[in-house]
Amino acid sequence: MRIKFVDLGFKKAVTLMALGVTALACLLVYNMAVYAIPAIHKFGPRFLFTSTWDPVKEIFGALPFIYGTIVSSMLALIIAVPVSLGIAVYLAELAPLKIRQPLSFMIELLAAIPSVVYGLWGIFVLAPFLRNFIQPFLSKYFGFLPIFQGEFYGVGMLTAGIILSIMIIPTISSISREVFLTVPFTQREVASALGATRWEAIRLGVLGYARPGVLGAVILGLGRALGETMAVTMVIGNRPEASVSLFAPSYTMASVIANEFTEATGNLYLSALIEIGLILFFVTLLLNIAARALIWKVSNKVKTV
Amino acid sequence: MKRIVTILITSAVIAGLAAGAALADKILLINGAGATFPYPLYSKWFYEYTKVDPEVNFNYQSIGSGGGIRQITAQTVDFGASDGALTDEQLKQAPGELLHIPMTAGAVVITYNIPGINEKLKLAPDAIAGIFLGRIKKWNDPIIAKDNMEINLPDQNIIVAHRSDGSGTTNIFTDYLSSVSSIWKAKVGKGTSVNWPVGLGQKGNEGVAGLVKQTPCAIGYVELAYAVKNNLQFGDIQNKSGDFIMPSIESTTAAVNGKVNSMPVDFRVSLVNPDGKDAYPIAGVTWILVYKHQADKVKGKKIIEFLRWAVTDGQKYSADLLYAPLPKSMVDKIEERINEIYY
Repeated sequence: MRIKFVDLGFKKAVTLMALGVTALACLLVYNMAVYAIPAIHKFGPRFLFTSTWDPVKEIFGALPFIYGTIVSSMLALIIAVPVSLGIAVYLAELAPLKIRQPLSFMIELLAAIPSVVYGLWGIFVLAPFLRNFIQPFLSKYFGFLPIFQGEFYGVGMLTAGIILSIMIIPTISSISREVFLTVPFTQREVASALGATRWEAIRLGVLGYARPGVLGAVILGLGRALGETMAVTMVIGNRPEASVSLFAPSYTMASVIANEFTEATGNLYLSALIEIGLILFFVTLLLNIAARALIWKVSNKVKTV
Repeated sequence: MKRIVTILITSAVIAGLAAGAALADKILLINGAGATFPYPLYSKWFYEYTKVDPEVNFNYQSIGSGGGIRQITAQTVDFGASDGALTDEQLKQAPGELLHIPMTAGAVVITYNIPGINEKLKLAPDAIAGIFLGRIKKWNDPIIAKDNMEINLPDQNIIVAHRSDGSGTTNIFTDYLSSVSSIWKAKVGKGTSVNWPVGLGQKGNEGVAGLVKQTPCAIGYVELAYAVKNNLQFGDIQNKSGDFIMPSIESTTAAVNGKVNSMPVDFRVSLVNPDGKDAYPIAGVTWILVYKHQADKVKGKKIIEFLRWAVTDGQKYSADLLYAPLPKSMVDKIEERINEIYY
């Protein structure tokens, strides 16, 4: 009788926790929507497709921020995913047993560094380095590509993408490593028994099997990249312009909210900033759904093979 | 024995708590929120004022002018603070008559980094407006060069840096640009955040200063206090009477002096481009916002006393923190205004 009572209480408690957080998210969206109404009313869908951001004349368009957020996060993934997978494979499969623990501990430590420190390092070390060495190099040899054209400022989209990638590498690599470790050992043995080399055994036996888990790790990394504010705002140049070149300054949704919210005085101005928060929420939601659909597709494929 | 010790300790703790509670009962807490720019001076004042009146304690949240205006309008704080004057529309939204009480003045300087040049640049209004409008693109442009004949300016692109976060510093600077350039006024205007025609945005004075310091050929604007404390290089600015003035506490106070006669009665004054031969032209005041009618008698009285102290005795703390003290002629006018507050 007593056990049944405890059981019931436990069930109620965990249900409450799960529903509570969901309810909080719903309330958050509801609240943002309420405060965003003046801007939604004034600008309608135009808000999403225009690029003027003029707090003085109260004309607001969010396109450069949406563009900046998506491009900087994607750039971060393009850099971080291969590196993280390399780290994870090395730590799970190849590294001498002695250094596995200390090395993975140090990589996870990167995740504990406050983002403002990354930002400072970005301004004072990374940006001058990119301006003096990397950007001239890219422009000289790959300057025919529109993404590597324009003046070298140091700060800009490229710098933001690199900083973000460093920030999400620990997340993606440590989760991927855990996933690789859960792959049954027989997978590798079978591949080796069939005459596969080390690389083939990892590719066929481990990477294929671990794909859904790795995608989950990538989603977590993407989530961090989309929402990162401080480090990005310090190195992206904060210019509301959607430009093709990665050298050009850009702006993200999280950054503009952090930058302008405290001093936003007009009602419409405040409302436009809150609407950006709402858009950021939905962009994150959509990208998550897309990634989940991808996992679902991939994991189905794994089962049928 | 052990028991006696326990009893002694317990009674001591209780007595201590009771004494603390009695003291806390007597101390009146006054809440304020708003501008970050004057925060170092305000916190110095709040500390010094506890020696003048130990019965009052101030709690000030430097959340930004926008937040200060919102909170005083919603009456969640006893006073607000702002670097920008409220618009007529904002004043109408407040549930009572809000007064602007000027507290101190500050200046904005133009800092730059041109490799190989250590001389002070002389900058005329048309040069500054041209650079920030993106019309002057090179350092050796004739409009800059005409006032700097002795300096060999390089044929390099100018990289403009500005604040990305909304700030009173930007408000003063864009107010200045609007007053000297009709094109700026029509195209961009003034505000805590504006739609910059050119340039890179950086967060805070430290962000702008950092970018200028390590980007060759960059130019930006920062608060005077920040520039002096960090030994930044900054230019002399040409004022209304045609003189090139070095930004300093004295030349900022001179700017306030240049506006005293034309000051509106509600103190919603813009300090930029003042009269006076030695006045520095890019300056602004910062205000504390209080309701003319104080609903709480006790608090109202204490707030009036504090404001009166701050604009008189309190001004002597300004210069050390690199704020410009308000001139006597203005303080007299402000005291009259403070006398209008009632409860």
